[in-house]
Amino acid sequence: MRRAYFKFSWIAAALLAPQLLIIFVFFYWPSAQALYWAFTLEQPWGGGNTWVGFDNFRKVLSDPYYWGSVRVSVIYALATTVLAMTMALTLAIFVDRQLAGYKAYRVAIIWPYAVAAPAVGLAFQFVFNPGAGIFSYINTIAPGWWDLSKYPWQAVTAIVVAGAWKQVAYSFVFFLAALQSIPRSLTEAAAMDGARPLRRMIDLQLPLLTPTFFFLLVINITDSFTDSFGIVDTLTGGGPFRATDLMVYKIYTDGFRGFDYSGAAAQSIILMLLVMALTFVQFRYVERRVHYT
Amino acid sequence: MIERTPLLNLATHVILVFGLVIILVPIWLAFVAATLTLQEVNSAPVEFWPGDQLWINLQQAWAQSDFGPKFVNTLIVATGVVVGKITLACITAFALVFFNFRGRMLIFWMIFITLMLPLEVRIVPTYAVAANALTPFQTIMDWTGISWLINAVSGVEVALEWNLLNSYTGLILPLVATATGTFLYRQFFLTIPDELVEAARMDGAGPLRFLWDVLIPLSKTNIAALATIMFVYAWNQYLWPLLVVTDRAAYGMVVVQLSDLVPDQLTTGGGTPTWHLAMAATLVVMLPPIAIVILMQRWFVRGLINTDK
Repeated sequence: MRRAYFKFSWIAAALLAPQLLIIFVFFYWPSAQALYWAFTLEQPWGGGNTWVGFDNFRKVLSDPYYWGSVRVSVIYALATTVLAMTMALTLAIFVDRQLAGYKAYRVAIIWPYAVAAPAVGLAFQFVFNPGAGIFSYINTIAPGWWDLSKYPWQAVTAIVVAGAWKQVAYSFVFFLAALQSIPRSLTEAAAMDGARPLRRMIDLQLPLLTPTFFFLLVINITDSFTDSFGIVDTLTGGGPFRATDLMVYKIYTDGFRGFDYSGAAAQSIILMLLVMALTFVQFRYVERRVHYT
Repeated sequence: MIERTPLLNLATHVILVFGLVIILVPIWLAFVAATLTLQEVNSAPVEFWPGDQLWINLQQAWAQSDFGPKFVNTLIVATGVVVGKITLACITAFALVFFNFRGRMLIFWMIFITLMLPLEVRIVPTYAVAANALTPFQTIMDWTGISWLINAVSGVEVALEWNLLNSYTGLILPLVATATGTFLYRQFFLTIPDELVEAARMDGAGPLRFLWDVLIPLSKTNIAALATIMFVYAWNQYLWPLLVVTDRAAYGMVVVQLSDLVPDQLTTGGGTPTWHLAMAATLVVMLPPIAIVILMQRWFVRGLINTDK
């Protein structure tokens, strides 16, 4: 608490007003609206909305397509997180050794963060393209074996690889920062006790990275639920046979292509609860700063 | 600390180079595709070495997608979002830290909770609000009977309307609210010693002068870090502009243009997919934010770590 401050006046109110107005109009109102739509059903040919209780949720939760979407979202979340974090951690630990070329390595790993999700999707659509991409080799030997637009597991693999590729840089930055904040005295003490670099990685650096690790775990999972839209939209378009219809993508298609506002709202509420739970876990249980004392 | 670890050093380089190859290969392949002709790009074994068509493909992709005005639009929106976010973050945090009033924890929490409501999960109703940004106020006035009162007193029918679709305001405004930016500024303002505030007041400075002459110069590093992150964030927006802009010729943004370039049945009409043009356009679109991240690397890393995003 500050001892010296200015008295509350119209100035403070004027400074707070813009942000409050914007979050009211674009955050709280739409969220309330989603809640309203989720519990009501729009009557055909006008006539307003009627209260239907949990019917929309019941309909969504008994829809096999919805569970398919949940399933693939979970697979996507776990697979991208594991892939991206393993890669980021390995690279960060070795970049942290600061050998020759350390700065060049660092830049080369960081820049993919700046690539827009739809651009990643489009680039990977080319890379995985059966006729022109990397797997065109396989298709010259065994024609038709690789085709994203035909085989669900291949499409899921493609979005996972693309999603993980995009996430690596973010985790890398955090791992590297955490590694560099490990006090030199600790490393030196370990070295004096005879611990060689590899031993220090396993017994010193990895344990000290645990808080960062859990922080990134939650952030990566949350991001994979919300940020996947661009990749799916340009890489697979949700197909084939809805195999890559992630939750966000399904909300979008149900709401804007199917005009099923109530169904989309019910799905939004479920996703919102999921994101809230993850954010809560992140702030309540996950301490991201590394403590040494 | 001097250690001789030649084997481990070699292994380190091998692992790092291997990692780099994994990271660079997709973009390298996209780049190579952008340098080939239509026939070459669709010939079966993938080409790993660039051809000589890069400039021609870039020109054609540029003209085909009409990138000129779209780059201007994207730049306007990105700048608007960056300036808006930093200004809002700064003034909100300033009011929360340097003024004493009841309910400031409440306001802090209200801003905090927006973190849990990313655009993607409230996309349909947010779009409905963008069609008429004054809906919330209209509804509240209808409910509370104010509309009726105004109608009865003055005979004016209250019908507030502010359509944000197909406008820069609509592209920028919903994106400028920033919980993370506000926290970052709040953290920074909390480290300002009380003595500085007292000295400023003793010299007769009001709150606004204190903000402008003392705090903003002190927060230059914050501004640089936030601006880098926010620029990349704004440039790469996809879902929101995809919905808000239906008049792509006038208000289209470059990243959204990518959705038209997916070479599928729709765009090629069953013909040969024009991968070389799609990849050339992809390169053009992703270049500016990459340049920012590489040039402003220091600020970028700092911003990323401080804002958690």
